[in-house]
Amino acid sequence: MSHDHSHEEGSALSDTALRVKALESLLVEKGYVDPAALDQLIDIYENKVGPRNGAAVIARAWVDPEFKVRLLEDATNCIKEFGFEGRQGEHMEVKENTPQIHNMVVCTLCSCYPWPVLGLPPVWYKAAPYRSRAVSEPRAVLGEFGVKLGDDVEVRVWDSTAELRYLILPMRPENTEDLSEEELALLVSRDSMIGTGIALTEAPS
Amino acid sequence: MTAPELLPQQPHDEDGPVFNEPWEAQAFAMAVSLNRRGVFTWSKWTETIGALIAADDEPDETGERYYQYWLTALEQLVAENTPISVEQLAERKEAWDKAARATPHGKPIQLGRENES
Repeated sequence: MSHDHSHEEGSALSDTALRVKALESLLVEKGYVDPAALDQLIDIYENKVGPRNGAAVIARAWVDPEFKVRLLEDATNCIKEFGFEGRQGEHMEVKENTPQIHNMVVCTLCSCYPWPVLGLPPVWYKAAPYRSRAVSEPRAVLGEFGVKLGDDVEVRVWDSTAELRYLILPMRPENTEDLSEEELALLVSRDSMIGTGIALTEAPS
Repeated sequence: MTAPELLPQQPHDEDGPVFNEPWEAQAFAMAVSLNRRGVFTWSKWTETIGALIAADDEPDETGERYYQYWLTALEQLVAENTPISVEQLAERKEAWDKAARATPHGKPIQLGRENES
């Protein structure tokens, strides 16, 4: 064992980081991936795609009844009209929350999620407790998220797949008749579009 | 309002970082790129990562290990669908390990550096 610490310590990488570097360098060499394209993808999902996209769609549905009808019938194409398309958004369905029915979304298999409208999923969406309990005891899970539902409200849980992604259309908050579409979009939280929350009553500061 | 019983570590109403570490972002982007190139379908991807998650004896209680499954799924699908073999991946990983250890702090890690000393 060397005692030359400055050399011995070097810049050791974690086992995981080494596996990623091995994959990336071989895939680049064989022409399977382009480093610039990887950086661009990362930038898109870190900085450009997120729940604000979905909020714009929801706010439109709140102010435009004709759009809402189309959205519930053909979400995929309605969302494309906003320019929100791409991986994990190929086939979308929108489920409307009403005073009688509360919808929420899970992916029991892995973490299928509508990237073009919500970005990448929050960490809890990928965790084992949410993936199992959203199905086995959705009311308890909703309670932990602060969503209290009356006994007369039916809870429907939608299990996302590689083929089909869901977006929840939350109920429009009361006393928001005077707000513009842009102002309404600020009330649409990410969780309200997963169904683990409801729309805000005032814009976050 | 947080979800204390569900996930004590995670304030669910605040957006955390999309990726916790750079390698997660790299692994994410590689899988999406390969899918775009048609190396594997997204159905095959979810089937592969879903099987890894289901087979884990210790469920991922926080979701923090998600990209570990992601990376393993990526390695499997690369080995199955490209000329790159499991052995090549292991050899290359070893080479990067040697290169990293031979690289002084602050210098970019390059393959082949271990041969310089």
